[in-house]
Amino acid sequence: MVRVDGNGGSQSLIRVRGLNKTYSRGGEKIQVLQGLNLDVDKGDFVAFMGPSGSGKTTLLNLLGGLDVPSAGSITVAGDEITHMSGSKLTQWRARHVGFIFQMYNLIPVLTAYQNVELPLLLTKLSGSERRKHVETALAVVGLADRMHHYPRQLSGGQEQRVTIARAIVSDPTFLLCDEPTGDLDRKSADEIMALIEELVAKYGKTVLMVTHDPVVAARAHTTLHLEKGVLVEGKASSRQSVLAGGAA
Amino acid sequence: MRFRRLIFANLFRKKIRLILTVGSFAIALVLFTFLAVVKSAFNRGIDIAGADRLIVVDRVGLMNLMPISYADKIAAIPGVKAVTHDHWFGGVYQDEKNFFPQFVIDVENHRKVYPEFKVPDEQWNNFVKDRQGAIAGARLAERFHWKVGERIPLKTTLYGGATWEFNLDGIYHTDKPDGDMGQFWLQWKYFDENVPSVIKSTAGWYILKLDSPDDAVRVAKAIDEKFANSSHETKTETESAFAAGFAKQFGNIEFLILTIGGVVFFTLLLVTGNTMAISVRERISELGVLKAIGFTDHSVLFLVLSESLAIAFFGGALGLLLAIASIPWVSSKIVGLLPPLFLSKPVLALGLVFALFVGAASGLLPGIGAMRMRVVNALRRV
Repeated sequence: MVRVDGNGGSQSLIRVRGLNKTYSRGGEKIQVLQGLNLDVDKGDFVAFMGPSGSGKTTLLNLLGGLDVPSAGSITVAGDEITHMSGSKLTQWRARHVGFIFQMYNLIPVLTAYQNVELPLLLTKLSGSERRKHVETALAVVGLADRMHHYPRQLSGGQEQRVTIARAIVSDPTFLLCDEPTGDLDRKSADEIMALIEELVAKYGKTVLMVTHDPVVAARAHTTLHLEKGVLVEGKASSRQSVLAGGAA
Repeated sequence: MRFRRLIFANLFRKKIRLILTVGSFAIALVLFTFLAVVKSAFNRGIDIAGADRLIVVDRVGLMNLMPISYADKIAAIPGVKAVTHDHWFGGVYQDEKNFFPQFVIDVENHRKVYPEFKVPDEQWNNFVKDRQGAIAGARLAERFHWKVGERIPLKTTLYGGATWEFNLDGIYHTDKPDGDMGQFWLQWKYFDENVPSVIKSTAGWYILKLDSPDDAVRVAKAIDEKFANSSHETKTETESAFAAGFAKQFGNIEFLILTIGGVVFFTLLLVTGNTMAISVRERISELGVLKAIGFTDHSVLFLVLSESLAIAFFGGALGLLLAIASIPWVSSKIVGLLPPLFLSKPVLALGLVFALFVGAASGLLPGIGAMRMRVVNALRRV
């Protein structure tokens, strides 16, 4: 269940309380997030929507430990990440977060296999163990036969599949997707969304996704809207409900 | 090393740029080793100078000759073990460009004072018996493909400008492979008989061997005092001081070499530093992604530094290989003009250290920039 009223239980996988983020721009303080609360359980699939500048990506960055909040706390699987040091946060990201970006962000000089292997280079796994994990991840995304191709030899949809394989190869606690279909045609976008749905349904992954596309957002269990830094009641899918400000 | 593939993949990302940067290192290393061996060659006379040898010259300068009678007077001073004398011949072989040092030596005492020059006894005895005889250093003989028994004409601009002919009776070597094997020796007696009268019975300079190096100051003082107020006052100094003074006649070689070396160093630093900075700037977003997925700041610094060090290592190694191949060839072409150029292991090691230092220095700033870069800012460029 996803809640935005701050009354979620301590069993939530992701618990956000009173999250604020303020930027200084040209001497002016811009408050992007204002006292945001969020509870996400394991296996939830949440879409964040909202106009540009509403703070969607900022929220994603904060949840992924890429940025630090001005105030408030974020707790993931019992670890409060808001007060972690830079190096500890980096280690935490490697263990708990899988990132999927709009522009894929693959290393162009590495093959699909080598790109997917990157997060595992930071672990103590042996070469053969890494190979097993990488081949499994590429098989999950349906690219077992393209593992030695370079990104330039793949289509946009295939590149995004490689990004997804890279995100899941270390079996992270949750996946953060920033406009995962933003650079794809409708057919490829459908295939990518089907894959993400499969990760949630079949492998129990927790997915938080930012999107502008209502069609894509509709594939999530829950859609939340961010407007001017405030998380407001969104659409509740048939499978989940949103509790916002006491609304059920 | 787990990151090996990533480092090499990034290295070969822009092949032309890689070739040019590695080439810059290679050329700089060739230049560096040439400067180092030239400097070492100029200093070698000082380094290998006998601690127990003194050189006596006319106080006015080397061009002023001293009476041959000084030999016995110097030999009589306590602490002097042996005395010999040299003259500068100053001829050319076949062509003006074929210049090399030629010394008129005193065959009776030369070997006592210079034991490091090795001539087979049979060849030496032939030389002593042959008034027109000559002995050449091994490198010199190799340069002109001379064989023992060959007739060698030397045209001299001094002593009347005639062409003198010599019989090559022997070839000398030195104990050390980097010793001076580029000299040509001829007999003083033959020389003395054929020079104009003003030069007869003279010596260009005297070289004496001491019983003990500890006597150097006392003996030098005694010699100069003995000839004080004479028509040919003397200046006596150790062989190393004499060699250093001789090297200085070419100008401040050390300063020149250090200046050129410094320019090479900073140019290389700017070239590679700029290359690394561009290379890092081009893939800010990729480095941001690496950090996002868990690469630490130090891992990113390590990746950038490894790339610059790899470029430095391969460029440096290529440059040193080129230097190893070319320096002996250059040395063979300049026998006599410069002391032999000898590429030693310490110079090779220093060259590699120099390359790696430049590599590390050029990668440091871009690496620190990448290390400090905030992931959010890097990803914003995507």
